[in-house]
Amino acid sequence: MRAGIPELAKRLRNREISAVELTKAYIDAIEKLNPTLNAYVHLTYDTALKAAEQADQMLKDDDAPMLCGIPMALKDNICTDGLPTTCCSKILKGFMPYYDAAVWEKLKKQGAVLLGKTNMDEFAMGSTSETSCYGAPLNPRNTDYVTGGSSGGSAAAVCANLAVYTLGSDTGGSIRQPASFCGVVGLKPTYGAVSRYGLIAYGSSLDQIGPLTNSVKDAAIVFDAIKGGDKRDQTSVDYDYGSSLAECLDRDVKGMRIGVAEEFFDGINPEIKSRIEEAVKLFERNGAVIESIRLPALKLSLPVYYIIACAEASSNLGRYDGIRYGHRTSSYASIDDMIVKTRGEGFGDEVKRRIMLGTYVLSSGYYDAYYKKACLIRDEINREFDAVFEKCDVLIAPTAPNTAFPLNYKSASPVEMYLSDICTVPVNIAGVPAISVPCGEDNKGLPIGMQIIGRRFDEATILQAAHFYEQSAGKVTGAYEGGAGI
Amino acid sequence: MNYEIVCGIETHIELATKTKIFCGCTTEFGGEPNTHCCPVCTGQPGSLPILNQKVVEYAIKAGLALNCKINTKSHMDRKNYVYPDLPKAYQISQYDEPLCEKGYIELDSGKRIGITRIHIEEDAGKLIHENGYTYIDYNRSGVPLIEIVSEPDISSAEEAREYAEKLQLIMRHIGISDCKMQEGSMRCDVNLSLRKPGDTHFGVRTEIKNINSLTFIQKAVMAEAERQADILDAGGTVVQQTMRYDEQTNSVAPMRDKENSDDYRYFPDPDILRFSIDDGKVEEIRASLPELPFDKLKRYVNVLGLPEATARQIFKYRKVAEFFEGALAEGAGVKNTANLIVGTIFSNMDTEEEKELFAVRISAAQFAALVKLADEKKINIGVAQGILQKMLDSGKPAEEFIKPEDLVGISDEQLESLCREAIDANQRAVDDVRNGKEKAINVMFGYIMKKTGGKADIRKAEDILRKLIGL
Repeated sequence: MRAGIPELAKRLRNREISAVELTKAYIDAIEKLNPTLNAYVHLTYDTALKAAEQADQMLKDDDAPMLCGIPMALKDNICTDGLPTTCCSKILKGFMPYYDAAVWEKLKKQGAVLLGKTNMDEFAMGSTSETSCYGAPLNPRNTDYVTGGSSGGSAAAVCANLAVYTLGSDTGGSIRQPASFCGVVGLKPTYGAVSRYGLIAYGSSLDQIGPLTNSVKDAAIVFDAIKGGDKRDQTSVDYDYGSSLAECLDRDVKGMRIGVAEEFFDGINPEIKSRIEEAVKLFERNGAVIESIRLPALKLSLPVYYIIACAEASSNLGRYDGIRYGHRTSSYASIDDMIVKTRGEGFGDEVKRRIMLGTYVLSSGYYDAYYKKACLIRDEINREFDAVFEKCDVLIAPTAPNTAFPLNYKSASPVEMYLSDICTVPVNIAGVPAISVPCGEDNKGLPIGMQIIGRRFDEATILQAAHFYEQSAGKVTGAYEGGAGI
Repeated sequence: MNYEIVCGIETHIELATKTKIFCGCTTEFGGEPNTHCCPVCTGQPGSLPILNQKVVEYAIKAGLALNCKINTKSHMDRKNYVYPDLPKAYQISQYDEPLCEKGYIELDSGKRIGITRIHIEEDAGKLIHENGYTYIDYNRSGVPLIEIVSEPDISSAEEAREYAEKLQLIMRHIGISDCKMQEGSMRCDVNLSLRKPGDTHFGVRTEIKNINSLTFIQKAVMAEAERQADILDAGGTVVQQTMRYDEQTNSVAPMRDKENSDDYRYFPDPDILRFSIDDGKVEEIRASLPELPFDKLKRYVNVLGLPEATARQIFKYRKVAEFFEGALAEGAGVKNTANLIVGTIFSNMDTEEEKELFAVRISAAQFAALVKLADEKKINIGVAQGILQKMLDSGKPAEEFIKPEDLVGISDEQLESLCREAIDANQRAVDDVRNGKEKAINVMFGYIMKKTGGKADIRKAEDILRKLIGL
């Protein structure tokens, strides 16, 4: 049985293991497995060992934070001062920020040990992590399959125990879907719950940083450590969550009102559907009240998402021009030529596709038909969610309509790929929190994820429900053998 | 000219906030290139903007001073275009919900030039071309600007100048910008078209970009109106394009067009929340506004009784007006205060900038103490002028320079005997005066002033001289 964060924290305090030893165990595991799995794209062993030494000092104090000395990793789109941050894009190859993302600043202060930066779809655009300029990470459960994406490296690293926990980012499902594919827990917090400062933007009104972990409790602990308002992010909110989130996990689900919307189950793989239905029954048997609800606007989420995310991305990615940082083409005739060539060489096909799509929907003559209409529908989706949460405390849905794809399977068809985000994007559009927890395997042994969606800033309830399921359902997926063995 | 000028002006004004619009970097002018910068104002990946509330406040001040309606709900938009001086490849600006709308500036003629809108936005960096290379300085990137757009109500070059001059004066007065056109803290773009008198349709317009002095605005409007008139007279059509005014040749010519077309793909900036300004805040800002310059001018003339020419010299410089009013508050008389400022203090200041800066070494109270001596006729005005100059040179108060004899006026008896002396010593001049050459009396004034060191009351002396000469 793999140790969770509280257990590791206890061992570190009991001197059963030092932070340096723990870090070395993870480094050994990475050295052994990463050449195959490709979960990490930048390794930061030197700084990790230094941080571990400092953590060991901090741990002499009884009040050292829970995450002190725990080895972890960050998605490659989260800025780290003096360490590479490239969004797995050629256009940012060699880029080293001179500032820390707010989340990393917080974790660093708590004595976190950063092992490296994890693989992802280029600029978080994709559902398999195959658009990474470093090549796709492999799913540790079965290396013929993708990890999901875009936080595929973060999910794979946790799955293979190459990090105790990781942070990912979720714009349309990029934490939850790879968590589902790799059989780990992934939490997308409420929009505004975690500062985006230092997260390299994709779709600014949708992006949110969250943890990928091996258990719900770990997810609660990490979320607790990174949440909170930030003066540098105007969209962040200093919400008062009351006492520690990890402490309210053990409540039962008696009387909890759980909504199930049939729209979430349209076109879902039947195996997944039946696993989710079984999970719902488990809640019901334990006293939860199941409500059948409707979310008619849900079917519009996908086009709304791709319009808004791409519109914002087309503007956010305009700055990569080769002038100030990152890749610059080697020969050019003029400044315009330099910018055009740099971007042509630096961006991959999926990023170019989304920039073009976004540019198109914002163009004069098309703005009203696309962007403006998408914003109106977004409001409608928000209203529907608000109405549903009048009646329900949480919603239960699949995380993805399918389990992990074989490698290279869907890359050829962007639209089919976009369809696989159907269950996750509505959550980002509405800005509500959601968690994916493993809830079984398909006939190929690939993990299935259940998504629990909650009210804005009510992470406590979805964590509680997820924790309850995790504890009550018992072993739902096979464990990954290997990794750091801790 | 058989055409009517239809002209509107867009003015960019750099706000005098201490920090930039979206980060804490200083807005100070100059500085080593790229030293007033941070991840936010250089558009580093992952950085986010935070709207400076002072900028909103300053823009509202501008709006109130220009009689605008303040939109209490507003938001920021992104204006997307690619240029090396624009580090995010978009400028954060306001598109369809500007902070202020529907104001006006009243010209001396009483005609009102409408203000369409005022919005806030960020400035870009600066490209420096040197030795065949192009360098970029991002110190200016993120400096707050307001853009003030006028209605096309301006119908002459003189009105264009007056509009810009009044705008500059008002903005300086409310303290939101120094509006230095040479340094670029105020920049004007002039839109201009012609039409036949009585025609209700607008002609094709051109835009003259970045005019950097009030005189050039007037000249550029004239030059462009003439250019367009020549085209129209020859049966041609004006091409809608961006122009540049060349001050060397006093002519207007098309600018090299940027390749990209003008589709800025505006959309609301998702990083900055919509914001609202409550009415209380607007009223608070309104209450904090100083007296506006043209109200001040009216008061100087109508209430204080200053001649308009003198009042105009004082009201237009904020610091001068403050100094003037400061002296009055200390009890100094209006007329002597105004005359000593305009006559003596201004003679030390050659340029408009110096008057704008008004760096005097004495306080209004020290100045008032001197003026009061003249008001009470303890010293005469000539002495006061001399002492004032010494005070300005040294920064020391009046008592340092007043000699005991200055304080005593010349008695009437003394003056009369001096006048007799003057007549005896200047017999030819007396003859000239008798023969109708009135000006010859100045010779005797000169004699008396020389003898008294400028202390004699010249009007009294004139009366005595005329009596003695028998005029």
